[in-house]
Amino acid sequence: MMIDVLYFAWVRERIGLPRERVTTEAATVADLVAELIQREDRYAAAFAEVTALRVAVDQVLTGFDAPLSGAREVAFFPPMTGG
Amino acid sequence: MKVIVQQAAFDAGALVNTFTAAQAGMGAIVTFQGVVRGDGGLARMEIEHYPGMTERALTAIATEAAQRWSLGNVLVIHRHGSLAPGEVIMMVATAAPHRADAFAAADFLMDYLKSRAPFWKKEYAADGAAENATWVAAKDADEAALARWQGAGNV
Repeated sequence: MMIDVLYFAWVRERIGLPRERVTTEAATVADLVAELIQREDRYAAAFAEVTALRVAVDQVLTGFDAPLSGAREVAFFPPMTGG
Repeated sequence: MKVIVQQAAFDAGALVNTFTAAQAGMGAIVTFQGVVRGDGGLARMEIEHYPGMTERALTAIATEAAQRWSLGNVLVIHRHGSLAPGEVIMMVATAAPHRADAFAAADFLMDYLKSRAPFWKKEYAADGAAENATWVAAKDADEAALARWQGAGNV
């Protein structure tokens, strides 16, 4: 399946791009992270401390154990600082 | 209910006047504005956001507030992009028959949009150098503040 993967704030800076289309058979967000880490060092650096990150699937905040079946968009970012 | 996300500055006074004039039977209007502080020689702040999810998250938070308190209306406006000290970042306005609901709902909106709306702030010092810019870290206190509103549903 094809998924748009988005990165924000320092995750975007470490990976070096704001979004990309990924072909994956990952069942969960955690599986997708494991695949990305295998790609290149910059992904490993961005995902080194997964507890410091948040994830949204199809624009809804969720957990790393969330399933990806049917998902179109997955976003990774640090804890939010609005207001 | 109205949620606005924009780069441009907004006229808070005009927005509050329009908001207030549109409420029938509401005895209380509460507004809060967040302003960029110039602490530590801060020259400007860049606010990044997640277009699409931002509007969705703010709407979910405002909907939750409207379900928890007796409100006539809610307005949330939040800027992104480059902001200098003294500029208004965002504003919430709540209208309710009585002030307790208007205050509580505004307080709730602020707590939630601080750590549940997808905005990230980067601070630039006076030298403006990108390599010296730092991402604002979320505070444990911000997360702890949400515990005050336990059972807050889906936001």
